[in-house]
Amino acid sequence: MTFNRRRFIEATGAGAAALVMPTIAQSQTGPIRVGLMTVKTGPLASGGIDMERALVQYLKERNTTLAGRKVDLFVGDSGGVPAQARTKIQELVERDKIQVMIGPLATAEALAADDYIRQAQLLTLSVAAAEDMTQRKPNPWFTRGTSTSSQCSMPLADYSHKTLKMRRMAVIADDIAYGHEMCAGFMRVFEENGGKVVQRMFPPLTVPDYGTYLAQLKTDIDGIFLGFAGSNGFRYLRQFNEYGLRGKVTPIGGMTALDEAVLRNMGDEALGIVTSCWYSAEIENAINKKFAANFSVDWSYDPGFYAAATYVEAAVLEATLNALKGNIEDKPSFMKTVRNIKVDTARGPVSFDRYGNVVGNIYIRKVERKDGRLVNRVIHTYPNVSQFWTYKPEEFLKNPVYSRDWPPAKNLES
Amino acid sequence: MQYWIIQTLNSLALGGLLFLLAAGFSLIFGLMRIANLTHGSLYMLGAYVGISVLKYVPNLWLAAIIGGVIMAVFGGLVERLILRALAGNALGQVLVTLGISFIIADLCLMVWGGDPIPVPTPPALQQPILVGGVTFPTYRLVVLAIAVVTALALYLLMDRTRIGAMIRAGVDDMQMARAVGIPVSRLFTAVFCLGAALAGAGGIIGGPIMSAYPGLDADMLPLALIVVMLGGVGSLLGAFVGSFLIGAIYTFGTALLPDLAYVILFLPMIVVIAFRPTGLFGRQSV
Repeated sequence: MTFNRRRFIEATGAGAAALVMPTIAQSQTGPIRVGLMTVKTGPLASGGIDMERALVQYLKERNTTLAGRKVDLFVGDSGGVPAQARTKIQELVERDKIQVMIGPLATAEALAADDYIRQAQLLTLSVAAAEDMTQRKPNPWFTRGTSTSSQCSMPLADYSHKTLKMRRMAVIADDIAYGHEMCAGFMRVFEENGGKVVQRMFPPLTVPDYGTYLAQLKTDIDGIFLGFAGSNGFRYLRQFNEYGLRGKVTPIGGMTALDEAVLRNMGDEALGIVTSCWYSAEIENAINKKFAANFSVDWSYDPGFYAAATYVEAAVLEATLNALKGNIEDKPSFMKTVRNIKVDTARGPVSFDRYGNVVGNIYIRKVERKDGRLVNRVIHTYPNVSQFWTYKPEEFLKNPVYSRDWPPAKNLES
Repeated sequence: MQYWIIQTLNSLALGGLLFLLAAGFSLIFGLMRIANLTHGSLYMLGAYVGISVLKYVPNLWLAAIIGGVIMAVFGGLVERLILRALAGNALGQVLVTLGISFIIADLCLMVWGGDPIPVPTPPALQQPILVGGVTFPTYRLVVLAIAVVTALALYLLMDRTRIGAMIRAGVDDMQMARAVGIPVSRLFTAVFCLGAALAGAGGIIGGPIMSAYPGLDADMLPLALIVVMLGGVGSLLGAFVGSFLIGAIYTFGTALLPDLAYVILFLPMIVVIAFRPTGLFGRQSV
């Protein structure tokens, strides 16, 4: 038998096919490789560690099995540095062979990894709030089950005008895209309702002291919207009290300003403050009651924004896998299914719009004392809020993305 | 008018806080000729240690003293065990201090967790006071007073005692100081202990304003650098003037030109260094 080129190709092709076939067959019953891209060191570590704790809890409650397949969890730590996040995601994909990623945590990390997620066609269930990743530049592999930056601040603007009867307000937020987007959404809805944002401040993220900003704050206003993340809201509020502003101006907060993670180290200064978020440890549904109870048994504190984020994303993942009978290998059909899924989670019912962003309840919450600790009690629910609030998506997307400059601030007083 | 009074008080209070931070940095920099990049970490560690001490000793001032002593011991160990091994290798020493700062940051995260922890304001100072129709936090005025007293004490130490004279001699001309029999090596340890104690106590005293949180170290270190560069390395007067200058520039700068909040701290430093590389009060060391 002569061994010419054609025979060689046939033989090796068949061999290769023989090698490939069993791995496909095996991989559909083998473990699902899930990556968690989080932050376990540096200033964002508090939230990042909660993300891991809640995800591990979710998997433990299901015997580390989703849709009949075992789950292998791989955890990456970016330290909150965007470039590092991109490298770690690449490592998770190429070394650990993850099939789906939960994370990353921060907006800048998601933006840094955007290209790689597209290139590697990595199924991503994200926590990061960057608006345009599900708006004007949607990433086809990116789905978000938490919220965009402004998805919670727009309902709060509505609530503060209609129910809290605020008319003149100030806004203050960290000088990062997340803070700008939150404030812009708040200002747009508040002013379209007839209110006026008369003062706007964006202190640098690492500002040493808020004294100078507190001295500038107008006192002839009804309230101030706090668009802080991490420990900044906590520091601002303490200094707010220090300067005797409590009682003169009413603070209200965005989704991370008075998170449970911050609340557990605060005192009476936080009592009565109204905030909006897609989650509260106090939400009355069976899933959340079980989640919050188990979480606080393990860690002796209430779960907050970041813990709930991975717990919700894991529920989305499980529902999608159930619908696909565990077949995560078919990526396009995974993305199609995840965006059409409807699932009950700890935050309430969740579905997705065609840009990959969540449609779900937004809760207006008020800080109260319960059993000796501070909690965010739900006082009002805006059901099924999308990232476009009450606007038509097409019209919403014609405008520039929310920023420092858009919408223009018309009512600022110097 | 009220507004300007508050902002002036603000700038003074911030200056006081900065002096507590920068005085130790300046001393160490002046004598040992290394930028001690653990200084921000010592400040943060001091704040965390103070929080733990406060659980047993519910008095902020006592906690500041105890925390300062603990940080002095820690600083002494770092100097004796690590920096000493790299004597004469300034670059190596700077890199080691950077490495230690990473280790401290991670240790704090392991021990105290990632959540911001408040340092309670002493109950007697919690209420803001009214000064001529202006409401201002009492505690900040106390911080200002502490900074002024500390500055005075350090001045007396440096200017009126034998140890102070030896330190000044070391700053001005180390080889000559050695030649006339000043134990420069022991001075190094003493100054490092003192600097660490000042940073640690500063962290606790600043605690009711700043709280303790991961990243506090990285927020504070550049401020110490700016103050010392502006004021002049190794000069106590420089650190004092630099602190209040930066406090004022920062406060009025961000109030009047909010869009320049990022550069407002660095502009004056760049201008001063361009014309006076040794800083406002620094002397050319030999």
